[in-house]
Amino acid sequence: MKLAFSTGGTTPDAPLDPRFGRASAFLVLDLETKEFDLIDNGQSVGAAQGAGIQAAQRLVRADVKGLVTGHCGPKAFQVLNSAGIDVYYSNAGTIREALEDFENGKLSLSSGADVRGHWS
Amino acid sequence: MATGSGSEGTIKIAIASGKGGTGKTLISTNLAWVAREDDPRVVYLDCDVEEPNGHLFLKGEVERSRVVNRLVPEINNERCDGCSICSDFCAFNALATLKESTLVFPELCHSCGGCALVCPNDAIVEVEHPVGTVRMRKVGELATIDGIVNIGVSSVTPVIQAVKQSIPAGSIALLDASPGTACPAVETLKDCDFVLLITEPTPFGLNDFQLSVELLRELKVPFAAMINRVGVGDNRVHDYCQSEGIQVLAELPNDRRIAEVYSRGELITEGLPEYRAVFERLYAMLLDRCPQNGMAMEKSNGTM
Repeated sequence: MKLAFSTGGTTPDAPLDPRFGRASAFLVLDLETKEFDLIDNGQSVGAAQGAGIQAAQRLVRADVKGLVTGHCGPKAFQVLNSAGIDVYYSNAGTIREALEDFENGKLSLSSGADVRGHWS
Repeated sequence: MATGSGSEGTIKIAIASGKGGTGKTLISTNLAWVAREDDPRVVYLDCDVEEPNGHLFLKGEVERSRVVNRLVPEINNERCDGCSICSDFCAFNALATLKESTLVFPELCHSCGGCALVCPNDAIVEVEHPVGTVRMRKVGELATIDGIVNIGVSSVTPVIQAVKQSIPAGSIALLDASPGTACPAVETLKDCDFVLLITEPTPFGLNDFQLSVELLRELKVPFAAMINRVGVGDNRVHDYCQSEGIQVLAELPNDRRIAEVYSRGELITEGLPEYRAVFERLYAMLLDRCPQNGMAMEKSNGTM
């Protein structure tokens, strides 16, 4: 299963970006092989509107099954939810810490957006 | 895009400004109120559809209203194969393609219709979606029209178009524009006969006034200036108008009583009658600057 983390960095030790739609990248980790890839989200960082919608489609195309991020707005959540991507909110400092929390069952599956659009 | 209001002697004069809070509503409501007393053709339009506030001063019950619709895509998910050509095409991220379906976010759509054109599977039709309301009031003898966009709608220009299309033929419409130089202001100003730019003698007033001047020169709409709150700042706005050959048709002083009357939701031409003459003269000067007015007058004279 592939799990995506919102981030501004390029490695598992990079900070987890609390924003979803306007994070500059997603680190996608294959939980079985422990290999990771980066998805560039730079186009959404400067989008006039709909950054979260655009970012969510990137995850759909990358065949991601779960997302760990700080917060998610209603439109992005709708796309993720419709595509069957599980969303987990975390306030961990780094991707590695967020992953540990995920593996230890400390992150709970969210049932909806936790912020309004354009919150950050 | 053509509006329905370019017909039969209709004249559109907009009151605009680059900077918010310079006095567009103060001046346009008082101008309309005074002008209507002598000229039955005058109607007041509030084109600031994100925050219409002319009705706070020109008070009247809404007599008629109509919903403004706009075309947005509707997806036939039986035909959609998730190719994502439409969502890649959409510059406004109003479409999201999943594996074998597409989601629509109507409030982000700008109604360009491109998605329906590029869809290779004929899976998109355009359907009407409500985006706002046009409201008509009668304030004494003065007819007023405003628009209000629905909360969450990002493209306000269809509501502005609908307000302008509601101008009765043969009217002299005084349009209260939204501030700035972005799409709502362009939509309001682009086919006007004349624009009165309101500014104030402050550094911000000057900066945003210069942006408006550039916009109107680009749109090729004739304009002149009115300076509000004279005495509050310096002479740079006056100097700029002089160096650019921009006529200053009228001024209002920095008079605390104006702010007091305005803050009570009253017209200064009622609360401070000494200012009536400013608006009477201003209306005459604006009419003089609309060539169509001369034509309309000749026409009506010819048929008398």
